[in-house]
Order: sequence, then C-alpha cells, then structure tokens
Amino acid sequence: MSNAQTATAGNPVMRLVAVLALGTAVAIAALLLAHRGAGGLLALAVIVAWAALWYANVLWSRSQSLPNVLASLAGKGVPLVFGLTLVFLWEVACVGLKVPSVLLPAPSLILHKLLSSLPQLGADFVQTFVRAALPGWLIGSATGFAAALACDRYDFLRRGLLPIGNFVSALPIIGIAPILVMWFGFDWQSKAAVVVVMTFFPMLVNAVVGLSAAGRIERDLMHSYGASWLQTLLALRLPAAMPFLFNALKINASLALIGAIVAEFFGTPTLGMGFRISTEVGRMSLDMVWATIVVAAVAGSTFFGVLVLIEKKVTFWHPSNRR
Amino acid sequence: MPAIPTTTSARLAATGTMTPFAHVWSGVRRGALLPVATIAAIILAVWYLACLPMNRDLPQLAHVDGLIDRYRVAWSLERPLLPAPHQIATELFASTLGTPLLRETADGMVLNPRNLFTHAWVTVSATLTGFVIGLILGIALAIAIVHINALRMSLMPWIVASQTVPILAIAPIIIVALGSMGIVGLLPKAVISAYLSFFPVTIGMTKGFASPDAMLLDLMRTYSASPTEIFLKLRWPAAIPMLFSSLKVSISISLVGAIVGELPTGAQAGIGARLLSGSYYGQTVQIWSALTMAAIMASLLIAVIALAERLTLNAMGARP
Repeated sequence: MSNAQTATAGNPVMRLVAVLALGTAVAIAALLLAHRGAGGLLALAVIVAWAALWYANVLWSRSQSLPNVLASLAGKGVPLVFGLTLVFLWEVACVGLKVPSVLLPAPSLILHKLLSSLPQLGADFVQTFVRAALPGWLIGSATGFAAALACDRYDFLRRGLLPIGNFVSALPIIGIAPILVMWFGFDWQSKAAVVVVMTFFPMLVNAVVGLSAAGRIERDLMHSYGASWLQTLLALRLPAAMPFLFNALKINASLALIGAIVAEFFGTPTLGMGFRISTEVGRMSLDMVWATIVVAAVAGSTFFGVLVLIEKKVTFWHPSNRR
Repeated sequence: MPAIPTTTSARLAATGTMTPFAHVWSGVRRGALLPVATIAAIILAVWYLACLPMNRDLPQLAHVDGLIDRYRVAWSLERPLLPAPHQIATELFASTLGTPLLRETADGMVLNPRNLFTHAWVTVSATLTGFVIGLILGIALAIAIVHINALRMSLMPWIVASQTVPILAIAPIIIVALGSMGIVGLLPKAVISAYLSFFPVTIGMTKGFASPDAMLLDLMRTYSASPTEIFLKLRWPAAIPMLFSSLKVSISISLVGAIVGELPTGAQAGIGARLLSGSYYGQTVQIWSALTMAAIMASLLIAVIALAERLTLNAMGARP
C-alpha cells in the first residue's frame, strides 16, 4: 500500500522535473540560436520550449498529486516559471525577429543599460522617490489622518468633509501637477506637493471608517473604565483602525510613485525618473526608458512589500494574519 | 498564507458599491446637506481670501493700496497664480458655450479647437475606447483564470504585483512605440486607458466569478449543469455587483490614462494638451478650467455607470 503510494507520488514529480528540464534546455538552446541568427529551427525550438514550460506549470498547479514540498512551492514556482517564460519569449521575439529597439528593446538590452547606467538611475531614484514621493506620502498620509481625527471629534465636520473627500478621490487629481509646479517651482517640492494632495483623501476616507471600526461592547467597556477620549483612542480605537490605515498607506504607496513620476512630465530640473522617461522617449532610446521603469517597478513593489511586512507585525491579531 | 489585499481590491473595498454621487446624495438624504454646504462654503471663502496672499508678488498689485482695492485687483488678474473661482467659471463658460463648437475650414465643418468641449471629446473618446477594450479583455481573462487553474496560479501573483508598480509610467513608451509604427491619435491613448482599466476588471471579476459558495456550485452539479451553464446561470449573475464596482475604479483611471497619454508627445488636442499648453504659456485660468472640465467628465462617467448599475441590479431583482 505504502509502496504504491510512493510510486504514484514519485511519478508526477519525475514527470514535472523532466518537463521542466526539457523546457529549460530547449529555451537556452533557442536563446543561443536566436543570437546566432538561425531561422526555421529557432521557431520550432521556441514553440517546443513554450509548450514544455506551460505543461510544467499545468502539472505543478495540480498540487494534490504532488508531495508536500513541491505543492507548497507551487505558489511561488508557477508564477516564476510563467514570468521567466514570458521574458524568454520577449527576448527571443526581439532578437529573432530583429524588432527595432525603438519599438521594443530586448530584455538583455534593458538589463545591460540598467547595469551600465546605475549612477544615473540612482540619482533619478533619489530625486523622485526619496525627495518627492516619500516625504509627500508621509505628509499626505499624516495630514489625512489628522483630518480624520478632527472629523472623529466633530461629527459636523465628518458629515461635511467625508462626502467631499469621497467625491475628490474619484477625480483625476494628477491634473493639478502643472499648477503646483507653478506654485512650488521646478524642483522636488512641487512633486511632493502633488503627492500630498493625491494621498490625503484616501487616508482621510479610510481613517474615518477605521476609527469607527471598534466594537460597541469594547467602547462601552472603555467608557465604564472611565477612560478619556485619548485613552480610548490609543488603547482601543487606533489598534482597531490599523487594518484600514495600512490599507490607505498601501493605496497611497502606489499613488505616491505615480504622482511623483507624472508630475515631472510637467517640468523638472534635469533629474528624476519622470524627467528621464520623457526625455529619453524624446531621444528614442527606449532601453533607458525601460531601465527606469524597472527601477520604478522594483521601488514600488519593495515599498509595498515593506508596508505589508510592517502591517503583519502591527495587526498580528487580525484574522487574516492568524494561522 | 494570508491574502495580501491589492490596491485595487482595497480601493474597491474602501468605496464599496457607493459612488461619489451616491455618497453625496445619500448624505444629503440623511440630512448632511447643511454640513456639506457649510464645508463647501468654507472652502470657497478660504479660496477667495487666499487669492490676495497667493498673488501678492504680481506686478499688477505692486501699486495698489487699500485692502478692498487690492482684493478687487487680485480677483480679476489676467494670469494669476491662484485665480478666483468665478474667473474659472467665467473661462469655463466662455470656452464652452460661449465659443462656437464647429468651425468652417476648407474640408467642411470641423470641431473648433478653441472650444473646450472639443478637447473634452478628444479625451473622452480615447477614454471610452480604451475602457471598452480593457473591459472585454479583463472579463475574458477573468473567465480564463477562473476555469484554468494553471493560468490562475501563473497570472494572479503578477496581476496583483502589477498594482504596486507605477504602470502609468509606461504611457510614453506606448505612445512612441505605436507612433513609430505610424499609429497616432486616438488609438495609443486608448491602449493606455485599456491596460490601466483592465487590471481592476480582472481582479474584480475573478473575485466575482469565484464568489458563489460551494453549496450553490454543488446544487448546480446535482442539476448536472455543464460548465457553460454554471457560468451563465450562477457565476455571471453572482459577479455583476463586483463588475460595477470594478467599472467605477476602471473608468476613473481610464480617464487619467487618456489625459496622461496626451502629455509626452505634446498632443494638439485633449484635456492633457490643454493642461500642458496652459503650463507652458502660464495661462493659469485655462489650466484650472481644463481641470474643472476633467472633474466634470470624471463625475459624469461614474454617474453613468452608477445609473447602469442601479438599472441592472433592479432588473435582476436586487433589494435595496
């Protein structure tokens, strides 16, 4: 019985590993062929590699037939294989079909550009992310939270400001960028100001909801302890609001980066990710544009990831974080 | 492994099925008219008062004495740093209803580029084209994701991750790449709108299609329903509420996409072009009126979807 189980458990593993190895080998061969400029054989190799890697993903995603180790890795492995396949197809298509780099540069070209212009990209990153997006995100979220606290103290303010806040959240706020550039100058201050305005309202709306998230019973308990407004806030309502606050912080994280980059399209000193994107697009050197976008993507997802980690530490009590 | 809420799904959860209008309107019905009107009046008053300090360095104000006279000048400046609200309203009226919409040229009647409605139409047409493309692609992908497990596992982490990166930054690339193939005008902007509006629809619809619980799916199986029947009679109706809340997020970022798509190449027409030319020539009143127009457009687009939502849910027998 146990032998039979091992056999059936062993078979899918062997098949998965074999298909994965075949796909990878053919893909590498196809990459070599493409860079040598081969023709008909290349197309066949690409199709075989693609089919093999996709079949590997199909096998891997049937996790009930796999042993635990592989099944638990599937959540990371399947998207990884898929992403790498996509990059492989992009590379092979660009090189094999000789797509002009004005249209779409190959990943290898982008990587080369990224590594060879790290100082430039680093300076852009500091200008846009560290100087504009991060302070703007902090100020916007903090003032949004302060406004939510004021709304919480004065119900009249809440009933007046919340509908307006909800309304403004749906507007294309990014359009105020040219006005703020005029007010605060070309440098990072105007970009930070755009980010402040963009991040204020999501925090306001979420924090107002979050501050009323604590239960009736818990609040009555605090009341029977004779706790003051501040004590109730710190001991009960702020912790209860944390999932909502982090929700807003995460929405704001991606808004901040978008705001800072797009605001630079309206004028900036000769530095910054948005400036780099708009000038290099003008000079048709798309590899540099893509390299900047890679930096922006890594910065954005790292920012988001850090927030998720902090959220898990802070809201350890929340059902979605308990095992 | 706890599910990490994506920004889009978070935004969906935050706004729920309420629209800005529904928020304002239900607030009004609950007796919030007075608070909203008060706050709006305070904002307007602060705005009018701020016009003098904001514009104090302009040469027109250098030799004007007396507070009342200074304010009178500050509220009617040609190129103020901060225009007064009534200046924006006047400019908005003059550039829309006060300007002929059509103009006679050698090729016959064309939309007049001096009219703000022309620019609004240029942007809205790109927004709507992109929105429809994004909607169709998003729903198609969600259908595939719900039915093919390997695809779900392959794609969902990437779709979720894509919400954390500033994908709007790719807009200039699309404009240039399509431009080098000779495709200019509406289509590149629509492509930007499409890929921006596609993500919320995919995420929302994947959730919506997966929302019927096991008991309902089992019931369909006891009826020996085919996968197509399960989809059409159970999953699709169950996903409709999610569809509309995704659409509201989609249409507003679709508009942002179309506006931003007009920035990098210096488009001739559109709200983004108006913003850009206003900022080049220091025409602040023009920027503000274009911005107001963008806000009106966003509100109208969302209101149309909210109306469609009400009608659809009523027709499906939803109880309020």
